[in-house]
Amino acid sequence: MTKIKLDLFVRAIGKQWLWVQAALAFAFLYLPILILIIYSFNASKFNAVWRGFTLDWYGSLFSNAGATIATSSSAGILPALNNSLLIAAISTALATIFGTMLALALERFHFPGRKAVEALLFLPVIMPEITIGISLLVFFTLAFRIVENLTGIRLNLGLPTVIIGHVVFNISFVTITVRARLAELDPQLEQAAFDLGANEWRTFLRITLPLILPAIFSAALLAFTLSLDDFVVTFFTTGVGSMTLPLLVYGMIKFAVTPAINAISTLMLLASLLLVVSSLKVQKS
Amino acid sequence: MKSLFPDRKSQIANRKLYNLLLLLFPASAWLIVFFILPVLIVLLYSFLERGTYGGITWVFTLSNYQRLFNGVFLGVIGRSLFLAFLTTAACLLVGYPLAFFIATRPPRWRNALLLLIIIPFWTNFLVRTYAWMLLLRSEGVVNTALQSLHIISEPLNLLFTPFAVAIGLIYGYLPFMVLPLYSSIERFNFSLVEAAQDLGANDIRTFWRVFLPLTTRGIVAGSILVFVPAVGAFITPDILGGSKTIMVGNLIQNQFMKSRDWPFGSALSMLLTAIILIPVLIYFRVSDETQ
Repeated sequence: MTKIKLDLFVRAIGKQWLWVQAALAFAFLYLPILILIIYSFNASKFNAVWRGFTLDWYGSLFSNAGATIATSSSAGILPALNNSLLIAAISTALATIFGTMLALALERFHFPGRKAVEALLFLPVIMPEITIGISLLVFFTLAFRIVENLTGIRLNLGLPTVIIGHVVFNISFVTITVRARLAELDPQLEQAAFDLGANEWRTFLRITLPLILPAIFSAALLAFTLSLDDFVVTFFTTGVGSMTLPLLVYGMIKFAVTPAINAISTLMLLASLLLVVSSLKVQKS
Repeated sequence: MKSLFPDRKSQIANRKLYNLLLLLFPASAWLIVFFILPVLIVLLYSFLERGTYGGITWVFTLSNYQRLFNGVFLGVIGRSLFLAFLTTAACLLVGYPLAFFIATRPPRWRNALLLLIIIPFWTNFLVRTYAWMLLLRSEGVVNTALQSLHIISEPLNLLFTPFAVAIGLIYGYLPFMVLPLYSSIERFNFSLVEAAQDLGANDIRTFWRVFLPLTTRGIVAGSILVFVPAVGAFITPDILGGSKTIMVGNLIQNQFMKSRDWPFGSALSMLLTAIILIPVLIYFRVSDETQ
């Protein structure tokens, strides 16, 4: 009798507690983000006190004043945004094409060494980002020195080296996403196309590609977001004139804490929200 | 039949091999040249001596690894491991009930709540870390709130402490824990709970003996996803930690950007990689055997 009572008691406490715990956890996740957004409209410079609504911090981002706020380099928000988008677009395109090809190889062929390829794919996901970043820094420094000794041409870190680094970590995410979709696909559909006389290329274009396109699209969106957000790999592979948005924000945080950071952060939040929603839309379709 | 069309057969086989190599080449070549090779160069550098002006000298040495056992560096490594374990444990404690809560809601609610977990997951990590500066600094939200409630009279020193780093790490990686936990709890067959209770187990016993063991996969996956980036964290201690709460990641950065001691930085980087790879490899060994 007492045992059953204890059970009911535990269950009742458990239910209430579960609700409270979940509410607290969501508050924990969203309170900092909300504060950040509110502060981006606060006229006060430092205090937590509300001193009235202003859009000045947003204005300062796009004015010349904003350019000088933005760290020691004279690059403003627009060139950084430009670089970020360019890096994300190119690295996403490359990683999506290479990753999809690799997914097809892994899912549609049996070959010796498949385990090794899987390990090769898995390592960039599990390796600490900072190791990937400094390895690339060491590699490029060495490679550029060798090139200079051989040809006399002096190469420097910049947009291409950042893009190369982003493709490294994006390939794995694309392959994993596309492969999951390929594994669900009935191989008999492709077999049927073969039997009807279509060659590999035609089968791929007419049957496989349309069926895995949503997965490719959502993989590309993931890669694009990861590239836009990346700080660590970019930090170690970047050179003069390849400032990106996260690098700009980092510089602002470290060297000039101004409320303009709240404004730029809020804009970045909005951008990622847009990307999540579109990715979910794609997955549902 | 076979011998009648040998050419056609070998033609198909050749074309298949050609297709396979074509599909494999770009990604594999990219990863070997720009990932494996660079890591191997770092491994090589970690056994070389530092040059007079910051470069390297081609002299083989183990001194970089011996230096790791120096008290200062050992302290930083110990702190990184401690903070990563703490983060993983805290994320598990907060994340497990949260994932359970979401997985047991009606489907319509489930998707909305899941979206609320995914949004921070996709939000810039730097921005989310920076948000805690607004909360923790001396004139920040937490201190102002506590002062206006007359709980404290002087602002607490919260920012640039190990506490701030721990909060930042837990906050940053909580979604990484919740998502795999959710998917393993959602897949759990709840009629097993009824079965256990019909056999006389109470709630607590059912949880420990049935529910927890069957969601171990999610627990392990979530713990790896949190522990791995936490131990190598670089941004969070850099922004929230101040100079006294640096972790291995910051130490590596210092060796490469400030001290210009690339061989020692390389050794640190290899140590960090080993700390992460060894437990993960053991996990995959074990889970392969149990399958």
